[in-house]
Amino acid sequence: MPGPISMPEQASTFANAMDPLFWVLVALTVFFTVIVGIMIFAFGIRYRRGSKASRKNPVHHNLFVEVVWTGIPLLMSLVVFVWASEVYAFSRRMPKDALQVYVVGKQWMWHIQHANGIRENDELHVPVGKAVNLTFISQDVIHDFFVPAFRIHTDVIPGHYTNAWFEATKVGVYDLFCGQYCGTQHSEMIGKVYVMEPAAYQAWLASGGDKQVTKRQSIAESGEEIFNRFQCVQCHGFAPARAPSLVDLHNTPVRLEDGRAVLADDNYLRESIIDPPKKVVEGYQPVMASYQNSLSEDQVLQLVAFIKSLRSGNKAVAPAEGNRQEGKQQ
Amino acid sequence: MSATGYSAKEGKKNYLNNGTSIRSWLTTLDHKRIAILYMVGVMVFFAIGALGATMIRLELIRNDGFILEHDTYNRMFSMHGIVMVFFVIIPSIPAILGNFCIPLMIGAKDVAFPRLNLLSWYMYITGGILAAIAIFSGGVDTGWTFYTPYSSQFSNSNVSLALFAAFFAGFSSIFTGLNFIVTIHKMRAPGLTWFRLPLFIWAQYATSIIMVLATPVIAITLMCIVVERTLGLGIFDPTKGGDPVLMQHMFWFYSHPAVYIMIVPSMGVISEVVSCFSRRKIFGYPFIAFSSLAIAVFGFVVWGHHMFLTGQSAYLGYIFSILSFMVAIPSAVKVFNWAATMYKGHIWFTAPMLFALGFIGLFVVGGLTGLFLSSMGTDLHLHDTYFVVAHFHYVMVGGSIMGFLAGIHFWWPKIFGRMYPENWAKTAAILVFLGFNLTFFPQFILGYQGMPRRYHYYSAQYLPLNVLSSAGASVLAVGYIIPLFYLIWSLKYGRRVTSNPWRAVGLEWMTSSPPPTENFDHKPVVTWEAYDYHYSEIDDLPEEPESMMYLPEDEDAHTHDKPEAAVGGEV
Amino acid sequence: MSAEAAVQEHAHGHGHEPDLMHQFDTMEQQNDAYMTGMWTFLVTEIMFFGGLFCAYLVYRYSYPTIFFDAHKHLSIRMGGLNTFILLTSSFSMALAVRAAQLKSRKGQLIWLAVTVLFAFGFLVVKYFEYSAKFEHHLVPGPYFNYEPTTSLVNNPHFNGIVSQIPGAQLQQWAQMFFVLYFCMTGLHGIHVIIGIIVISILWWMVYKGHPATRYFMPIEMTGLYWHFVDIVWIFLYPLFYLIPH
Repeated sequence: MPGPISMPEQASTFANAMDPLFWVLVALTVFFTVIVGIMIFAFGIRYRRGSKASRKNPVHHNLFVEVVWTGIPLLMSLVVFVWASEVYAFSRRMPKDALQVYVVGKQWMWHIQHANGIRENDELHVPVGKAVNLTFISQDVIHDFFVPAFRIHTDVIPGHYTNAWFEATKVGVYDLFCGQYCGTQHSEMIGKVYVMEPAAYQAWLASGGDKQVTKRQSIAESGEEIFNRFQCVQCHGFAPARAPSLVDLHNTPVRLEDGRAVLADDNYLRESIIDPPKKVVEGYQPVMASYQNSLSEDQVLQLVAFIKSLRSGNKAVAPAEGNRQEGKQQ
Repeated sequence: MSATGYSAKEGKKNYLNNGTSIRSWLTTLDHKRIAILYMVGVMVFFAIGALGATMIRLELIRNDGFILEHDTYNRMFSMHGIVMVFFVIIPSIPAILGNFCIPLMIGAKDVAFPRLNLLSWYMYITGGILAAIAIFSGGVDTGWTFYTPYSSQFSNSNVSLALFAAFFAGFSSIFTGLNFIVTIHKMRAPGLTWFRLPLFIWAQYATSIIMVLATPVIAITLMCIVVERTLGLGIFDPTKGGDPVLMQHMFWFYSHPAVYIMIVPSMGVISEVVSCFSRRKIFGYPFIAFSSLAIAVFGFVVWGHHMFLTGQSAYLGYIFSILSFMVAIPSAVKVFNWAATMYKGHIWFTAPMLFALGFIGLFVVGGLTGLFLSSMGTDLHLHDTYFVVAHFHYVMVGGSIMGFLAGIHFWWPKIFGRMYPENWAKTAAILVFLGFNLTFFPQFILGYQGMPRRYHYYSAQYLPLNVLSSAGASVLAVGYIIPLFYLIWSLKYGRRVTSNPWRAVGLEWMTSSPPPTENFDHKPVVTWEAYDYHYSEIDDLPEEPESMMYLPEDEDAHTHDKPEAAVGGEV
Repeated sequence: MSAEAAVQEHAHGHGHEPDLMHQFDTMEQQNDAYMTGMWTFLVTEIMFFGGLFCAYLVYRYSYPTIFFDAHKHLSIRMGGLNTFILLTSSFSMALAVRAAQLKSRKGQLIWLAVTVLFAFGFLVVKYFEYSAKFEHHLVPGPYFNYEPTTSLVNNPHFNGIVSQIPGAQLQQWAQMFFVLYFCMTGLHGIHVIIGIIVISILWWMVYKGHPATRYFMPIEMTGLYWHFVDIVWIFLYPLFYLIPH
C-alpha cells in the first residue's frame, strides 16, 4: 500500500503524458509562491516600522515592471495552455484498433459489457499494452468514471454517450471511482480495474470472466438478436427502400433531410434509435418509431455495437466478428 | 446586542446610540446599521456552515463512515456548501463591509436606496430562514451545485425549499449590487473622481456588476428546477427531451462569476489594508483598479471549464481553457502590486496586516492551483477530486474569509469605536493561517492521489492525510472561535478609539468612530489622490502614540459602571 | 419592485426641497440615481428572462420541426390582439408620464387607469388562451396529449409520422414547447400582474394626492418598468406565435 505522500500509480499512457505537465505546473506554483513569499518577507523585515532602511525615492508606479509581471505570467500560461491542450487532445485521439467496452452507470453500480459479451459489475478486466475504448451512458443521474491510476475521468450522462480511452501500461489492480456526486451511496459506487498480462487476459476471456456460462454471445451478437427480434431488417435491409443502409455507416458523414451533415458516431446511432425523427437522413421519410421505451440502455449499446460491426466485406446483416475481436487480427 | 455597550451618556450622537430598541434596528434605513444586521445574520449562518464542516472533518477521521450514515453525510456537505456559499461568503464582504464603508468612503450620507437596502436584508433573512427550515426538517442532499437530474428527479430531500432559499438570497444580492452601482456612480463627494476612489470601491463596483448580471440567471435556473420537481415537467430531464448539461451551463454561468463575487471584494480590502499598514501609496493604482474590472468581464466567459468532462466539444473546451488562463493574469497583477506596495514602506504588523499578508500567501496558492484546473490536460485527472476542494477553499476561505477578517479588524474600531485586543487578534491570524494550511494543503495531495470529493467511505491509502487535515481543521476552528469571543468582548471592554486610530487616509477615517448617523458633519470635498500616505518621505516613523489611537478617558474602561465623561471633539 | 420601493421611499422626503431624500444633495442627483437604478434593475430583468430565452434557443434548435408544428396551436390572432393591447398600454403609460411631468393630476388619473384597463385586457385574453390549452390537453403534465396539425401529417417530410410513431417523442418535444411557452409567458404574466399592482397603487396615490406623487419620478420609473414588460412580449410573440418554417 502506498504511503501518505506517495504519488498515485502511473499505469496508463495518458498518465505518462499528463504527469510531466502536472509537475511543471507544480514547479510554476512553487516558483511564483516563493517569489511572492520572498518579496513579502524581505520587504516586511527590511522595511518594518522603525527599521533604519532608506526609503528615499519611493516609486508608486512603473509601467515597465507592470508590463513584466503581466507579460511573463501571460507567456507562461500560454505555453502551459498549448501543452495542456495537446495533452487533452491526446486523450481525445481514440486509437483505431482499440478494444471496445461499454459502460452503463446506474445508482450505484457500474455495469460493464465487453465486446465478446462478457458482463461484469463493478469490475473491469483489460489486457496490458492494449488500447481500450470506453463508451459510457447513464441510466439515471450523472455519474463519472474515474480511474486515478489511468488519470481518466469522464462524466457518464443520461441521454447521450460519452467516450474515453486508455492504454494500461502496468499489470495490477486499480481503483475505479464514481467521480460525480450521484446520491446516497455515491462513495460506494466504486470498483476495480484489473490489468492483466495478455495471456492471462485471454485465459480470463476464455473462462468467460470466471463465471460459468454455457453459451456466451458477443455484444454485437446480442445486438443482432435484438435487431432481428425487432425486425429492423424490414426497413434497414440490403436494398434499402424505406430506411438507409447501416453497413459501413459508423463514423461516416451523413447528409440529413434538412441539409445538415452529421457524423454517424455512437451518439448519432443511439439518437436515431431513441429519437428517430430528430435527424432524418436525406431522401428518407421519418417513419421510424422510437424505441426509447422498448430498449434498455444496455440493449441500445448492444444494437449500436452491432451496427458498428456492420462492414462491407462481411455479410451485411451478420455479426462482423472479425473486426471486433482484435486479438485475432493481430 | 451590538448596541449594549453604548448609552446616551457617551455624549456624541452616533449611529449606534441613535435609538437602541429592537424595532429601531429592524426598521433602520441606515446603511451602517443594516451592515450590522447583516453581520449578525452572517455570523449565525457561519456557525451553521461551520457545524457542517465540523461534522465532515470528524466523519473523515476514519474511512469507514463511523459517525454519519450516507444520507446524513450527504446532507452535511450539502448544508455546508449551500450555507457557506449563498449565506456566508457572498454576502460577507459586500453586504457587511461594503454596506458600512461604501457611503463613508465616497463621502455620501447613505446608499442611494436605503429602503431597498433594508429590503435586501429581509430577502436575505427570508432565504436564510427557508434554508434553515430545509436543513433542520430533513436536509438537502444534492450538494450546493443542484445538478439535474439528481436534484430534479431523484433526490427526495427538501430540494425545492433550498432552491427557494438560494433564490431569495440571490435577489438580496442583486438588490445590494444594484444599490452599490447607483451609489458609486451618483453619490460620490465633490472632487472624488473615479481615479481618486479607494480600490475597495473599484472592487465593490466590479462585484456589483457581476451580481446584477449573473445572479438573475441562477435565479431562473433554480426556478426551472423547482418547476421540474414540483410539476414534473422536464426542462432538464433527458427522459423528457431535456438536456441535463444545459442546466450545468446555466448554473455555472452564474456560479463561476459568483466565485469572483466572493474574491474580488476581498481583494479590495487587501488593497486598503496593505497600503495603510505599509504607509505607502498603493503601487500601480490603475492596474489594480482595472484588473478588478478585467476579472469581472473575463469571469463571465470561463464557466465552461467546469464542464470539460461532460463531453462538450473539444474546441469549446480549448476556448474556455484559454480564457480561464487569461482570468488568472489580472489576479497575478494584483498580487505583485500589493507586494510592491510594501517596498520602501514602514510596515506595521497589526492584526489586519497579518490577515492581509496571510490572504496574499493563500490566494497565490489558490490562484495558481486554479491553473491546474483550467488546463484541460490536468483537469481530466483532478476534476471533482479533493484537489478541487483544496483549490476552492484556498480561494474562498484562504482568500475571501481571510480578507473578510482583515477588513473586519481594520474597520472594527470605525464600526464600533472600540479596539479589539491586538495580541489576541495576532494570535488568531497566525492560528488561522497555520490551521488553514494544515487542513487544506493535504487535500491537494489527496486530490492528486485520486480521492474523489463527496466520499465518506474511502480507501485506506487516503487515511493519513485525511487525519492530518482533520487535525488542521481543529486548529482552524480555534482560530475562528477566538475572534468571535474577543470581538464580542471588545464591544463593551475594548479601548475607545479616536476617529482615525490607524492614521489611515480615506474619507471613512475623517469622521468620528463610530460615525454619526448622517456620516459626516460637513459634506467632504476631496482634493487629494487615493492613498495619500506621506510617510515614505520621512526616514523613520515613531511608534504610534497612544494618544493618536485611543481616547484618553478609556483608561478606566474596566470599571465600566462609572459614568463616562462626554466626549465632544476628536483628538 | 424597485419602483415600488422608490415610491415609498420617496414618500418620506424632507429637507429644503420637499421631495429630496436625505441621502441626496440635489434633485438632479436624486433623479439620476433613480434612473440609473431602474435601468440597472431592467438589465437584471433581462438576464432573468435571458436564462429562459437561452433554454428556448437550445430546444428550438434541437426540435425545429415540432416547435414549428406546435406553434400552430397558438392563436396568432389572440397573440396579435395582446401585442396590440400591450403596445397601446405602453402608449397610454407614456401619456401618463407626460401628464406627471406637466403636473396634470387629471391626465395622470385618466392615463394610468387606461393603462391598468389594457393590462387587465391582456390578462383576459391570456386567460382565454390558457383555458383553450387546458381544453386541448396542451398543458404540460400527466394529461398532456399533443395532436399534430394536419399540415404536419401532410408534410411530405413527415409523411405518415402520426400513424407510425407511438408518439412518445412527439409528445415530449411538443411538451417541451409548451413547458417553455407556459414558463415564459407565465413569468411575463407575473410581471404584468406586478405592473397592475404598482400602477394601481400609483393611481390611488395620485387620487388621494399623496405627497409622493407631486414628483414625477415614481410614475416615470413605473413607466420604464411597463415598457420593459411590453418589450419582453415583443420578443415572446414572434418566438412562440410566429415561428417561420
